[in-house]
Parts: sequence; structure tokens; C-alpha cells
Amino acid sequence: MLVVVRSAGWDDVKEAFFSRQEFAEAFPDILSAFWTNVKIFLIAEVFILVFALAIAVLRSLPGPVFFPIRALAVVYVDLFRGIPTILVIYILGFGIPALQLPHVPIDPLFWGVVSLVLVYSAYVSEVYRAGIESVHPSQAAAARSLGLTHGQSLRFVVVPQAVRRVIPPLLNDFIGLQKDTALVGLLGVVEAFRQSQIEVAASFNYTPYIATAIIFVALTVPMARFTDWLVARDKRRQQAGRLA
Amino acid sequence: MSGATDGPALVVEALRKSFGGLEVLRGVDLSLAEHEVVCLIGASGSGKSTLLRCVNLLEPVDSGRIVLHGEEVTARGVDVNRVRRGIGIVFQAFNLFPHMSVLRNITLGPTKALGLSRTEAEAHADELLARFGLRDKRDEYPDRLSGGQQQRVAIVRALAMRPRLLLLDEVTSALDPELVAEVLAAIRELAAEGMTMLIATHEMSFARDVAHRVCFLDAGVILEQGPPEEIFGAPREPRTQQFLQRIVEAGRL
Repeated sequence: MLVVVRSAGWDDVKEAFFSRQEFAEAFPDILSAFWTNVKIFLIAEVFILVFALAIAVLRSLPGPVFFPIRALAVVYVDLFRGIPTILVIYILGFGIPALQLPHVPIDPLFWGVVSLVLVYSAYVSEVYRAGIESVHPSQAAAARSLGLTHGQSLRFVVVPQAVRRVIPPLLNDFIGLQKDTALVGLLGVVEAFRQSQIEVAASFNYTPYIATAIIFVALTVPMARFTDWLVARDKRRQQAGRLA
Repeated sequence: MSGATDGPALVVEALRKSFGGLEVLRGVDLSLAEHEVVCLIGASGSGKSTLLRCVNLLEPVDSGRIVLHGEEVTARGVDVNRVRRGIGIVFQAFNLFPHMSVLRNITLGPTKALGLSRTEAEAHADELLARFGLRDKRDEYPDRLSGGQQQRVAIVRALAMRPRLLLLDEVTSALDPELVAEVLAAIRELAAEGMTMLIATHEMSFARDVAHRVCFLDAGVILEQGPPEEIFGAPREPRTQQFLQRIVEAGRL
């Protein structure tokens, strides 16, 4: 801290990044543009949670009959975890609208969300899969011994336990997603990051970037605390009164 | 429940099962009459648990047949889920579902696999819980219960499916000694009511007491079987004698 404040360039940096006046001017616009990030996040998140779980479940199907489905799921995950998110966004966001296909949306926001869903589903499906595999096989055996089908055993016994265990790493990916909503701005969608770029271009002052950073942090921190609370409550409910 | 009541409840014929290169069951023949209680004894690794898991179709068999109430359940195309609904199994490690209350643990099978309404399933569960002295535990989570209580819940969970055959896989092995009695008492009560049971156990005095017949499993085959007084009193096979000798030395008989 002291090193920064005493540095030779501090006065210039202070003016360029931490201008009170610029902050006050830019903040309301960025905040209202941030609503777009929130929408991107919320819509993408719903699809990711469902889609990723489906991929994880497909990957856990037993027996040689399902080999092609398992293989397909593996290819999907390898592909979309391997390509940098920014490239997926560029390829889909600029490429598909350019095809001029009938009945296919050309809205960059739409393709931005699709890109995020594809990329993050690959990550999140691996988190789910780790959770599913961490549930002891004796749990599935108990469920199957009651006459439940493989699907019912997953739905009522294995997946609920798996999800509880992976809530912290899931949250980690959600925060990553929240931040990556800024990448959709590269397609021209005006979200918080794009708005801050516009403000910077108009004033040659970087304070709007700081304002954007503050807004992002202001959303992720409460979410992290909320998840901690959820996990703790669940643990309390299952284990309270237990002497260990 | 439909099905013949006069034939044997369970017939196992020439059952073989290996894991990798290890042959765990090497031609097991066994038959259980309705209302009969049979105890499987034998050293660890003799195949007791595997036999029970095969009967419940949790493990696919390599060869041989399993006939349940007259139906060959190892035949191709048999709906394993339907077969399992008629067989209860209680595991050594309880295997209760930790994310569900006791009541939900018990009603899951009846509501999802048997299609009972929640009300019906809960009424039956309450009745069973009361019978096994667990009435006040219905809304608890399994982790809050003692081992003995958890195992009794597991028994209730199996019974809630109204099985015609109950498999018990060393159900007291994971319990502290002072908790064993309450679980054995529950099983004795079931035996007295005429429940058909196949019980793998290390509790020899319990086996002597509750079983109509005792089978000594050794190296994947049933080496000797007979009424408990015969197996424990005058075993014929040297391997059985050895095994029981070791049990006596360990102070377990």
C-alpha cells in the first residue's frame, strides 16, 4: 500500500483511476448497464445448472450400451473446456449471425448467452460429476435394493447428496460466470464493462473501470456469504445434536 | 401379494460369481422354505455377502439360477426393479440416506417404487416405527441416531416394502456391543412372525437361537448345513469344526 502511494507516478494514477468526480459521473450509467450483466448471468445460470447436470448424468450411465452417449459427453466437455471463452464468444457471436440463416436469431446478446452456457456447462458438469462419484456406491445400492430404477436412484438419492457436496465449487464457477458476462460486451452488447469503455473513451480517465470493478465485487461477495450460510444450515440440520 | 405360497421361497442352484480373477462363489446350492429362517455363517471372505447381493440382483451372477417364489429371476429380460421390490435387504453399514428424515427414508421406496400415496406410505411407516420403538425418531435425520437406532430404521425401511423375503447382511457387525441386542431383538420378533429370512451373521449364539437351519459357507460353497443344534453341537466337516473352534476361542460362542 505504502509502496503504491509513495511511487513516483501515484499522483497521475490517482487522478486517472480514482477521480471522485469521474466516478460520480460514470457510476449511474455503469450501474444501469450492469443490469444487463445480471440478466445475462441469471438466464445463463438457469440453463447451465440444468444442462450441466444432464451431461454429468449422461456421463455416468453404466454399461457398454451407453458408450456412444458417454463418449459424446466427453467430447463436448473436452471441447468447450479447451477453447478460450473469448473465442467461443467471437466465433458464435460473429459467425452465426453472419450465416444469415432464416429463423436464427442475430442478436449478439443471444449468442453471448449461448456461448457462456456452452462453456460453463462443460465446467459445471465436471463439478457435478465429481459430486456424483463422491457419493458412496452403497447409497445407490440401497436405493436400487428398494426397487428404484437407476434414474430414480440418481434423482432422489445420489444427485441430491452430490449437489450438496459441490455447492462451494459450484459457487466458484458462478462467480467466474458473473465476471465473464463482461466478455459479452465484446460483441457490442452494452453491459457494465462496455459502458465503462464508452465512458473512458469520452473522458480519457480510467475511473469508470474502478467503478465497474466495485460493482462486480459488490455482487459476488454477498452471494458467497449467502452460499456459506446455505451450506452451514444444511449441515446443522443433518447433524445437530450429534456427538462427534 | 400374488404368487405361489406352497413352493420354496427361494432356490439357488449352482451359483457362481467371480470378481476379476477371484471366484467368490463356486457353485452354491441353497433352498429356503416360506417362513424359514436360515443363517449363513463362515469366515470373512467366504462369500456370504456376495451370495446375498446376488439374490437381490445387486450383483449379476456368472452362472447358475436363482428362483424366487417360483420365478427364475436370473433369466434374461426379468425386470430387476420388480424383483427387488419383493426382497428386503439390510446392510452392515445401514446405508440410510443421510439427506432425508427417517420418515422419508422409509417412505421413499413405497411411494416411488410401489406407487403408494404419501398418506398411505406414512401411515404404514408410522405403524412400523412404533412397533420398533422409533416413534419419536420419525422426523430426525439418520446422523442424529445411534447405530442401533439407525439399523432398526434400516430394517423398517426394508419392511415398508412389505417384502416376502428379507436378507440381512451382518447387520450387527458395525455396531457397538451394547447396541447389538436391540437389533437382534427386532430380528427375533420378525422371525417369530414368520418372516422368511436369509441372514449372514457372525453372532453365533443368535444364529443358534433364531435359525431353523444354519449353513456353513467355506471358500465359495456351502460345506455343511443343518439344524443349529447339529451344526454347533456336532459339526461333521473338519473345516466347520475348525471355524467353530476359532469362534469359541475368540469367546464369541
